[in-house]
Amino acid sequence: MSTRFDRIVEDNAWCPGCGNFSILAHLKEALEEMGLDPLQCVVVSGIGQAAKTPQYMHVHMFNGLHGRALPVAQGIKVSNPSLTVIAEGGDGDMYGEGGNHFMSAIRRNADIINIVHNNMVYGLTKGQASPTSQRGFKTPVQTEGVHVEPFNPIATAISLDASLVIRTFSGNKEHCKEMLKIAIAHKGYVLIDIFQPCVTFNKINTFKWFKENVYVLPSEYNPEDKVKAFEKSLESHPFPIGVIYKSPQKGVLEDVLRDESQIGSKPLYLHEVDFHALSNEMNKYI
Amino acid sequence: MRDSVSVLIGGKAGQGIASIETLLTKGFKRAGFYTFSTKEFMSRVRGGSNTTLIRISKRPVNAPVYKADIFVPLDTNAFYHAQDRITKETFVIAKKGDFECDCTFYDHDLEGLAKSVGNPIVSNTIAAALIFGLLGCDVNVLREIVAQLYSNEMLEVNLKALEIGAKLGQENENCLYCIEPNLSAQQAKDFFLSGTEGIGFGAIAGGCNFISSYPMSPSTGVLTFLAKQSRNFGICVEQAEDEIAAFQMGLGVWYSGGRAITTTSGGGFALMGEGLSLSGITETPMVVYLAQRPSPATGLPTRTEQGDLELAIYSGHGEFPRIVLAPSDPKECFELVRKAFELADAYQVPVVLMSDQYLADSYFNVERFEIDPIAPVHHIVKTDADYKRYSINSEGISPRGIPGYGEALVLVDSDEHTEEGLITESMSVRNEQNTKRLQKRPLVAKVAILPDVEADGEIAVVGWGSTKYIIKEAVERIADKRLSTVHFSWVHPLCESQLAPLQKAKRLIVIENNATGQFAKLLRLHGITADDQILKSDGLSFFVDELSEKIALLLKEIR
Ligand SMILES: Cc1ncc(C[n+]2csc(CCOP(=O)(O)OP(=O)(O)O)c2C)c(N)n1
Ligand code: SF4
Repeated sequence: MSTRFDRIVEDNAWCPGCGNFSILAHLKEALEEMGLDPLQCVVVSGIGQAAKTPQYMHVHMFNGLHGRALPVAQGIKVSNPSLTVIAEGGDGDMYGEGGNHFMSAIRRNADIINIVHNNMVYGLTKGQASPTSQRGFKTPVQTEGVHVEPFNPIATAISLDASLVIRTFSGNKEHCKEMLKIAIAHKGYVLIDIFQPCVTFNKINTFKWFKENVYVLPSEYNPEDKVKAFEKSLESHPFPIGVIYKSPQKGVLEDVLRDESQIGSKPLYLHEVDFHALSNEMNKYI
Repeated sequence: MRDSVSVLIGGKAGQGIASIETLLTKGFKRAGFYTFSTKEFMSRVRGGSNTTLIRISKRPVNAPVYKADIFVPLDTNAFYHAQDRITKETFVIAKKGDFECDCTFYDHDLEGLAKSVGNPIVSNTIAAALIFGLLGCDVNVLREIVAQLYSNEMLEVNLKALEIGAKLGQENENCLYCIEPNLSAQQAKDFFLSGTEGIGFGAIAGGCNFISSYPMSPSTGVLTFLAKQSRNFGICVEQAEDEIAAFQMGLGVWYSGGRAITTTSGGGFALMGEGLSLSGITETPMVVYLAQRPSPATGLPTRTEQGDLELAIYSGHGEFPRIVLAPSDPKECFELVRKAFELADAYQVPVVLMSDQYLADSYFNVERFEIDPIAPVHHIVKTDADYKRYSINSEGISPRGIPGYGEALVLVDSDEHTEEGLITESMSVRNEQNTKRLQKRPLVAKVAILPDVEADGEIAVVGWGSTKYIIKEAVERIADKRLSTVHFSWVHPLCESQLAPLQKAKRLIVIENNATGQFAKLLRLHGITADDQILKSDGLSFFVDELSEKIALLLKEIR
């Protein structure tokens, strides 16, 4: 399907067969089907193979530093709330280098979509362990196998009461696209952790492995029950996919900051200095 | 009669030194005098030994002196803490017998007196009124201020304390410290501002509408100042999880057209290095307020130093232009932070504004100025269909579009990028883009602010940033025709015309509040060698009396 979000790029840096391609395709289609305007969408990314995603789509892009997409994305959203802001990257980028920002972004609850390509390995730097690598996973650095428990992004996000927590799998097109649409439609911070096979550096968690190790949450599952959601987040082999947790409604960062400063909803580039008020205020300092 | 008096108040945190400072500075200002105050304090919330120095003068004073004319130790520790600052002439207001010194005692038990009016905490008000009377000033002025500051019972005891203090002050027949009246009273209308407040107001005038910071002394004052003003001026305020995020949020804001500032000290600025570099390659403007304190690492958290110049100039990986400014007083703080927003926006570079604990926490009489109500110029363009964020053009600066304004996409990249903003590994594109970015340095140098030069003696006394008025007054005291002063508030990049006054001088004395002479090293890179250096890095600012002695000593050798 062709979309207004397509960008023709001759030199794509991803390996043939990589799961990144399907995530890119699903994202573009989701945005198209939701009728979004590319001129209103900003994709902010860090560094890594996954973080190259905005290079290959027709959207505004801020491709920044390793781990730092989330603070930039929050700055953009506060500055101009009318933009659809997506922060996208890999598991190393978002959960490793950017771990502190991940926790804080959830707590701040800006209306942004945090897409994480979770391939359980570092791709761009050639196959070291990532925070989500499974125990025992052998790499050129973890020669005896990873000796720590994998980071559980879903449980972490629920414990921090993230506004919306989703997991999906790049190989399940319908599911992945539907989940992306739910994420985009939601107001508030969304974590969407997408299982994605790295065909080059992860020979354990392959397409087949993911397919066999996920199951779709049944339709009667209620994501608003926090305790149940937490239980679900602890399940593995197979891992549940779907909307795992939805918090009760709460204010979003940009609205809160704008209310506090009485700045209204206009983008900051239209902000004007009230020199009269400034003079008056300075007159108090005599 | 004197035309200038220095009053030193010492005590532990929580003893109300700040209230005396407010009472005395406001009071003397309204009574017709120029005032200046500065403080040094320990890194603790309660207790310790802290001092505030207040100068009162017929003439403008904008710098601290070391020796106190009048000293009020509110506790014994304060006395020993400040012992060095007492001379034979110093008038010590305290209970005789509490400590020994070769000084003049004005024997009063302030705390006992305060208890007698019902609250030991008002010994500070007694002291303030006493000093007011001692200097021969009308205590009614102080009464008005107390009435504005306090209410209910606190007002009552404070007024009682005031009467006691005033009476004691007038009783004293020793008019050693009576101060010559200043009838012009022009300065009563002046602003009385700290460096922190100068930065805060200047940021507002510069169109700042977003601040994200992680608290770190002595920069936090600007964060709290802007938070306090956020409702009045429409400023979004967020406390970031760390300095890395603080800077990155700011970049997101600038990218989408807002005007952000972040505030920090050396330790936090170290973490911002990667952000500075990102600002450099993405050509996203950013303004950082760096209030220095002594390092390395956590150093002396509440003290002062000019030790981060090299960090400001060299931090961040790779080669990219930046601007570093270092104001010298609250007025210049106001002007330069406003300019920082303008420069960052116009040249699409990070601008670092350097202050330090001394400047941030000192209060100056600032001659009242009108704020030029010129709206900040936003150097952003409405994009059209052919727009390219990193277009190469003859001006050397690619017009900056923002998302949501115009018809094109704005692609910004930390990787080397094409004119469109997409990753490239083409060597020729790298050369083109890198050359374009680096060309901003000569462009910026053209608008560099020239140093402030005073007098035309052939021995130039050179300084930068917060030391300006200390150096100036020290040189004035020496009154040696051979001396001139050259002071830099634009410290990087330096250009030829800025250096001309130094090239002309026969001899250079460079004065810095650090241990290794960082500015002198920078001058050397530009082919200018300091003949003499006066450095200080004990955690305190220079003092006029101390510095003039040091310069005078040097001059003897030069003779
Ligand atoms: C500050 C910093 N540290 C390290 C790197 C090197 N680096 C680039 S990508 C990457 C890991 C990427 O892994 P992940 O986020 O899982 O993305 P993937 O490549 O697997 O999509 C690292 C460590 C960097 N660019 N910057
Ligand atoms: S290294 Fe792995 S994640 Fe990266 S592009 Fe190749 S297959 Fe995909």
